[in-house]
Amino acid sequence: MTSVPAVATAHEALTGNPRFSVRGLEFYYGDFHALTGITIDVRENSVTAFIGPSGCGKSTFLRCLNRMNDLIPGTRVEGKITLDGADIYGPGVDPVDLRRRVGMIFQQPNPFPMSIYDNVAFGPRLHGVSKKSELDEIVENALVRANLWKEVKDIMGRGGLTLSGGQQQRLCIARVLAVQPDVLLMDEPCSAIDPTSVQKVEDLMAELKSSVTIIIVTHNMQQAARVSDETAFFLQERQGEAAELIEFGRTAEIFTSPRDRRTEDYITGRFG
Amino acid sequence: MGKRWSNRIALGVLWACGLITVAALGAVIVYVFVRGIGQITPEFIFTKPHGVNAEGGIGPTIWATLYVTGLSMVIVTPIAVLAAVYLAEYAVQGRLVNAIRFAADTLASVPSIVMGLFGFAFFVEAMGFKFSVLSGALALSFLMLPIVMRATEEAIRAVPKYIRWGSYGLGASKWQTVSRIVLPAALPRILTGIILAMGRAVGETAVVIFTMGQAIYLPLSPLDPGRSMTVHLYTLAMEGINMDAAYGTALLLMVMVLFFNLSARWLAARNRRLR
Repeated sequence: MTSVPAVATAHEALTGNPRFSVRGLEFYYGDFHALTGITIDVRENSVTAFIGPSGCGKSTFLRCLNRMNDLIPGTRVEGKITLDGADIYGPGVDPVDLRRRVGMIFQQPNPFPMSIYDNVAFGPRLHGVSKKSELDEIVENALVRANLWKEVKDIMGRGGLTLSGGQQQRLCIARVLAVQPDVLLMDEPCSAIDPTSVQKVEDLMAELKSSVTIIIVTHNMQQAARVSDETAFFLQERQGEAAELIEFGRTAEIFTSPRDRRTEDYITGRFG
Repeated sequence: MGKRWSNRIALGVLWACGLITVAALGAVIVYVFVRGIGQITPEFIFTKPHGVNAEGGIGPTIWATLYVTGLSMVIVTPIAVLAAVYLAEYAVQGRLVNAIRFAADTLASVPSIVMGLFGFAFFVEAMGFKFSVLSGALALSFLMLPIVMRATEEAIRAVPKYIRWGSYGLGASKWQTVSRIVLPAALPRILTGIILAMGRAVGETAVVIFTMGQAIYLPLSPLDPGRSMTVHLYTLAMEGINMDAAYGTALLLMVMVLFFNLSARWLAARNRRLR
């Protein structure tokens, strides 16, 4: 009985406003129907994990949320995705503006071949900030929020590519934070970095979620269980068929009492 | 014959072929160096030829060579780089792009004497630029264009996708991504292409003889005529008036071309280290 209030509070937090509302999403790469019938709400100030076996469309779906798939010729979206109530595929929406609000971290840390400072200042400069003092402040803030400031504050002029893999990933996070996104999409952000850095990035997600909505794609179920509030399980049942969202709910429930047999099989390691 | 022997013979043949390659280069360099080095004095480099046998220096021809090469580089670089950006980043990959690429490759293999003839007909006569540095530079740029364009295209394609994604992910437009991320990242390889093309232009004879003329003149305006080092060398040697000066010119020419090639290699090597 003592656990009831705790669950209730947690439940309340999770019924906060949906940042993203997705309704009946279909996605195609040319003739290939990759995703079907995706309906999901991603709540603000939480971490949502997308899990599933590789090839299950979770990264594809993630890239629908900031229209990165637009960069791939021949892709097509049906259905509706709204961000804070506004249709992101609606007429007059510039994907470039959308991507400023919905930042993205990739599997491979991808600092630009320029200094640490210039990496973080890249976004703000893009969007018109040119005053040195203002840039300095934004850069410092972003690096502090990404827990990298202490390590790099004396070597800001050094190339971003000289940092270790884990530092590079946090630099990329700082670079995104510098443009003040509302949402942070992370596409397997920890699969190419060392375990200590993984820990740092996970801690960082916990700190950031009070100000940024985070969606993480991960193939690591322990990670999903550690970092996320809600978990969505995707599955492509047969080769060549469109992938579906099988189950979505609070992470604790997905991992302890999944409603769908396929989720349970995946969680317990029977396939994937 | 045992395995051991056939192995030795094969190795010997391979080694000999390698040696011949090196020896061919060595022979040219040593011969020109021995015949030309006695000529190389400050006077030879900086003063004008004079007298019936073209005694004295070759200063104006060095200047004319650098001038026409530099001018053609200035003409070529923006066109070649923007064309390459279009091909690599904007154009819908397909028939048209392949046709442009094929045209560039073919342009690169047009015999230079044909290019010279065209330059004469088009720039010297039809456009009315007469024998001039400008005509020479324009004709040379036809030669350099495909080299720089293809080098730039390769350089742009070599920039990793995920670096572009990082830029798009921050809300950069396509042009912002190309101009602020892709081109700076590709710059060392683009410069390598430009330098190689300049080396090619410095050594070019047929094109400039048809377009810049043969007058020994210190060109200042782009509309002035001039005689390049290669044309000077050709004239001296063919008319047999001053073989010593011909070899001196040849040596300087080789040094210049070698300088361009080594710079390109150095840039490429430095770039590899940075990645």
